[in-house]
Amino acid sequence: MYNPRRAFDSQLAKLDEDLLAMGREAEAMLHDALKALAERDVRLAEKTIARDDVVDRYRFDIETRAMEIIATQQPAARDLRRVFAALSIAMDVERVGDYSVDICKLAIRLAERPLFKPLVDIPRMANLVVQMLRESLEGFVSRDLALIEKMIKDDDEVDYLYQYLHDELCEFMKKDPDLVDQAVPLILIARYLERVADHITNIGERVFYVETGELKELHQ
Amino acid sequence: MKEAMEKPSSQVKAKVVARDFRLYYGDFMALKGLNAAFPDRSITAIIGPSGCGKSTFLRSINRMNDLIKGTRVEGEILYEGKNVYDPSVDLTWLRSRIGMVFQRPVAFPLSIYDNVACAPRVQGITKKSELDEIVEWSLRSVGLWDEVKDDLKKSALGLSLGNQQKLCIARAISTNPEVILLDEPASALDPIATLKLEDLMWTLREKYCLVIVTHNMQQAARASDYTVFMLGGEIVEVGPTRQVFTNPKDPRTERYITGKLG
Repeated sequence: MYNPRRAFDSQLAKLDEDLLAMGREAEAMLHDALKALAERDVRLAEKTIARDDVVDRYRFDIETRAMEIIATQQPAARDLRRVFAALSIAMDVERVGDYSVDICKLAIRLAERPLFKPLVDIPRMANLVVQMLRESLEGFVSRDLALIEKMIKDDDEVDYLYQYLHDELCEFMKKDPDLVDQAVPLILIARYLERVADHITNIGERVFYVETGELKELHQ
Repeated sequence: MKEAMEKPSSQVKAKVVARDFRLYYGDFMALKGLNAAFPDRSITAIIGPSGCGKSTFLRSINRMNDLIKGTRVEGEILYEGKNVYDPSVDLTWLRSRIGMVFQRPVAFPLSIYDNVACAPRVQGITKKSELDEIVEWSLRSVGLWDEVKDDLKKSALGLSLGNQQKLCIARAISTNPEVILLDEPASALDPIATLKLEDLMWTLREKYCLVIVTHNMQQAARASDYTVFMLGGEIVEVGPTRQVFTNPKDPRTERYITGKLG
C-alpha cells in the first residue's frame, strides 16, 4: 500500500536501528565486565569502562533524534508510543552500561588476589541478564510480546539467584570475617546484575506499552 | 533520504541567493533587506505570520511581483550567480528555470495533456513525439501517470483538487526547471492529499531546489530541510528545520512556532 509518510517512517526505523546498536554495545560491556571479573583481567576491565562513552553518546543521539521527530513529525498513536518508548529504553540501556562500569571497578579490586571460591552463580546470573537484554530489544523491534513474557520469567530467576547468592555470601562472612574483602564486592556485583535485570524489565514494559497501549507493571 | 538533512547548510550548494534584497510597494518597504540562501536538492520552508512578506519574497524569486504596479526592488536575487533582476534576463526563460505552484490548483480549462504541454509549446517545442515524452515524464514524476494515462484528453478540471495540484507541479516541471516555488500548495487540500503532496515534494527534492511558503507550521516542520522565519518584512532566523523546531535561536521564532506570538 502506498504510504505518503515514508520519510517519517525511515526516521522511526533509524531510531530502532540505533537503539539496537546501543543495546549491542551495552551487552558487550556487560559481557566483558563479567569476563574481566572471572579472568581477573584488569586491562579488559579498564577497556570496558572506557566504552561507556559510546553508550552515553548513543543515548544523547537517540534523545536528540526522538525530540526532533516529536517536534517535526507530530507522531500519533503507536508511532508516538514508539518514540516515547525509544526515549525511555535508551535511558534504561544507558544504566546497563553504567552498572557494567561499576562491575568493572569491583573486578579491578578483586583481581589483586585469587577468589576464595570459584564463580558459579554470578556468571549464571550474568548470562541470564545478557539474554534478557537481547530478548527485550528483539521484542521491541520484532513486536514480539512472547519474547517479553519469557524475559519476565528470566527476571524471576535472576531475583532468586541474587537472594541465594546474598544469603550464601553472608554465611561465608559470618564463618570467616577475613572473607569480607571479597564477599562484599561479590554481593555488590550480584546486586548490580539484579538491578540491570530490573532496568531490562522496564524495557519490556515499554515494549508492551507500544504494542498494547497499556502501561503496567509486568513483574508480579 | 534524510542524509542530506544532516549536512550543515554550508556544504550544500545554494541554487538561489538573496542579497540585501528590498522590495517596495510604492513608498512601503515590504521586504527590508533579506539575505538567504536556498540550497539545491533541499526543501526550504518560509514561515511567518500573515503579512510578514513570505509570499512576496517567494514571488520575487521568479519576478512574479513585476506584474504588480508600483513595485521596485533593490539588492539582488542570484540564480546560478546571476541577478534575476538584471535587465538582460529573459522572463520566459527565468520562469521556465524557476517554476511556480500556487495556493489553489490553477489547472487550465484544457485537457490534462494540454495543461502539461502548454509550457513546452511556448518554448517552441512542436514535435508531437517530443511533447508526448515530456507529458509522460512530467506526469510520471508527480506520480500521476498511471492514474491519468488513459484520460489524457479529458478535462483537467475533472481531477480531484489533490490531483489538480499534482498536475500543476507536473506543468511546473515540464520545462525542466531547477527551482520550484510553492506558495501554500496544500492549503486547499485535505490532510491526506496534503501528506501525499509532501511525499511528492520529498521525491522531487532529489532533483530540485524547492522553496515552499506555508502558514501551516506543522507542514514546515514535517516537510522541509531548512526553515526561514520572517516577521515584518525581515528574516528573523534561518536554520535546519530540526534545529529551528527544537531549539530556535531567536525568542520571536520560539514565540511563533509555539503559537504564542500575538
